[in-house]
Amino acid sequence: MTILLLADHDNASLNAATLNAVTAAQKIGGDLTILVVGHGAAPVAQAAAQIPGVAKVIHADAPYFASPTAENVAATVVAVAKAGGFTHVLAAATGYGKNVAPRVAALLDVAQISDIIAVESPDTFVRPIYAGSAFATVQSKDAIKVVTVRTTGFDAAPATGGNGTVEKVDAAPDTGLSRVTGQELTKSDRPALTGARVVISGGRGVGSTENFKLLEALAQKLNAAIGASRAAVDAGFVPNDYQVGQTGKIVAPDLYIAVGISGAIQHLAGMKDSKVIVAINKDPDAPIFQIADYGLVGDLFQIIPELTAAL
Amino acid sequence: MKVLVSVKRVVDFNVKVRVKADGSGVDTANVKMSMNPFDEIAVEEAVRLKEKNIATEIVAVSCGIAGSQETLRTALALGADRAILVETDVELQPLAVAKLLKAVIEKEQPKLVLLGKQAIDDDSHQTGQMLAALLGWPQATSASKIDIAGDKATVKREVDGGLETIETSMPLIVTTDLRLNEPRYATLPNIMKAKKKPLEVVKPDALGVDVTPRLATLKVVEPAKRKGGGKVADVAELVGKLRNEAKVIA
Repeated sequence: MTILLLADHDNASLNAATLNAVTAAQKIGGDLTILVVGHGAAPVAQAAAQIPGVAKVIHADAPYFASPTAENVAATVVAVAKAGGFTHVLAAATGYGKNVAPRVAALLDVAQISDIIAVESPDTFVRPIYAGSAFATVQSKDAIKVVTVRTTGFDAAPATGGNGTVEKVDAAPDTGLSRVTGQELTKSDRPALTGARVVISGGRGVGSTENFKLLEALAQKLNAAIGASRAAVDAGFVPNDYQVGQTGKIVAPDLYIAVGISGAIQHLAGMKDSKVIVAINKDPDAPIFQIADYGLVGDLFQIIPELTAAL
Repeated sequence: MKVLVSVKRVVDFNVKVRVKADGSGVDTANVKMSMNPFDEIAVEEAVRLKEKNIATEIVAVSCGIAGSQETLRTALALGADRAILVETDVELQPLAVAKLLKAVIEKEQPKLVLLGKQAIDDDSHQTGQMLAALLGWPQATSASKIDIAGDKATVKREVDGGLETIETSMPLIVTTDLRLNEPRYATLPNIMKAKKKPLEVVKPDALGVDVTPRLATLKVVEPAKRKGGGKVADVAELVGKLRNEAKVIA
């Protein structure tokens, strides 16, 4: 087996999700090559080469990767995958990976196995379906397996200790199909939602953008990331990238505190693998309590300040 | 401008699915089926484009079993002008659906194709990107705003860190995210009118597409149930448990 793993990065640093995908790659076995598609991303290539078990880093640089588009990245991934005769192409199931990988699979005329949470053998994987209500074991009959890796399914590989080589390759030409013209990234002093050790999420019950500040104060104490249910995002309390759930972010922190969240199955799909779940809700019958280790029934506007003060 | 919208019949989002006893899949017999919620958003966006006189005709397409006609009738009731069902009993995987849609698109020549970003049954999140690749078109996935001006589109996309704006050429594949719009409900008169709108049925063979599945599902199981339901009386007890029992806070 020869595995090509597409690195997720911002041209400055490697996204930690890539380390979880490395662990999945190691479970498949064989030689692991990391592909860095970027512009001025030499630090990322260097970082990737230090991951133990990574034999080689292939680095494709072009100005149009400064703000990469799926069309251009996929074209380069396909060129590298074909030239190297790889048996597997992997990516972390981040927004970036989910955007690019299916385009790669179609160009290679192979199926994609999305969001794997376990590796059974080099061609057989486990993935959740129906918002995690069922786990399907699927086997690929294609010559090349294109796979995206759900980061919560695999521990992060160590970031340093390895000594891989970096090889430069030419990027595929600019497709000219699209270009990035702007970004509105959410600014926050809090840790990133995926990867945070503690996550505090608010739901409709929090009631307003203003009230989310209560959660901020608690998050400060616990060095926690802030998340939200779909209802809270739809209501405009917080930006879209806060959404935890089936079609939002999938998290599995050591501690997840759900505040004013009733617990629709679509939300649970994004957090039920958390190690410890705390639910705070005024409705004793809220479904969230059925999966919470510690449920506290009551008014969040009293409980959260009290909890913040107690820590 | 002609707009094509792809819709999928899925188990309704409110249904708690059950795994079949023989582990071959989930039980879809006698459960409520609906249009995939992200596809509803795609249909709504097409209808709004028509109301703004940007779209001239909306063609709804579904790939799957005969029962998908129901889903197409819903799309027609919401404002699509006509519908095409690519009918097959074969289990369709995203690559096969992308190939079927490509064949339909080559006939229909739409300038814009709208799909849901993900179907809530298999959660694959693939079809739109695959279709764009097969056609050699640009893709704008997880769209939260679409502006079309002549031969260019500007699309705001939901990304991990917030929002990203891209400018693309046309024709274009767009997949919808939750904040793009709020779909309307079909009114009774429109449901009646939809029954008279044209619905064409074609077979994959007639489109020259091989839909043989590439992935074999070996088994489907229910995940281990999480043991929850624990309660604490107050904040002091909660803090005590988190510190001493769960040991997740210092």
